[in-house]
Amino acid sequence: MSVTKVELADLVYEQMKLDKKYASELVDMFFEELKDALVKEGDIQLSGFGKFSVKEKKERKGRNPKTKKPLTISERKVATFHHSQVLKERLNSK
Amino acid sequence: MNKSNLIAVFSEKANLSKRNAEQFVNLMIDAMTEALNNGERVEIRGFGSFVVRTYAAYEGRNPKTGETITVNQKKLPFFKAGKDLLARIND
Repeated sequence: MSVTKVELADLVYEQMKLDKKYASELVDMFFEELKDALVKEGDIQLSGFGKFSVKEKKERKGRNPKTKKPLTISERKVATFHHSQVLKERLNSK
Repeated sequence: MNKSNLIAVFSEKANLSKRNAEQFVNLMIDAMTEALNNGERVEIRGFGSFVVRTYAAYEGRNPKTGETITVNQKKLPFFKAGKDLLARIND
């Protein structure tokens, strides 16, 4: 089972008593906003959850695992997430 | 950007009151935490997905004192960025 935007929108509809269509638009906007913030500011800190950041990766040599052919992996940016202590504690308490 | 900036920006863009925007952002975070806590995967198309991985207990060492200690089994969340997010940060 996985939770997707559909389940999140249902929850907004139930808990905030908002129109279903509007709830789903808000969920879309929320993740668009997170993406915008990462693009523009490079990081987002959500207390109690974790921190997203954009990291720069240098060009490096790798190989295609299928063909074993060596190739150069170009310079790129990646998005990483580091969990907060609170989230780790939640996941490890039962 | 932190949670309060996010709430402020979101309240303006979504035309929600500050209070509702705050409730909404907290609801998103709580729902994702809750899902992960139940062992579910969170998959947001275009943004990324979260999964919980379980790490077995192991014998570790306190690097300062050299003392051997048992590190208990633990669960940690992992995030994998989605295609659209990667495309946008590399644009």
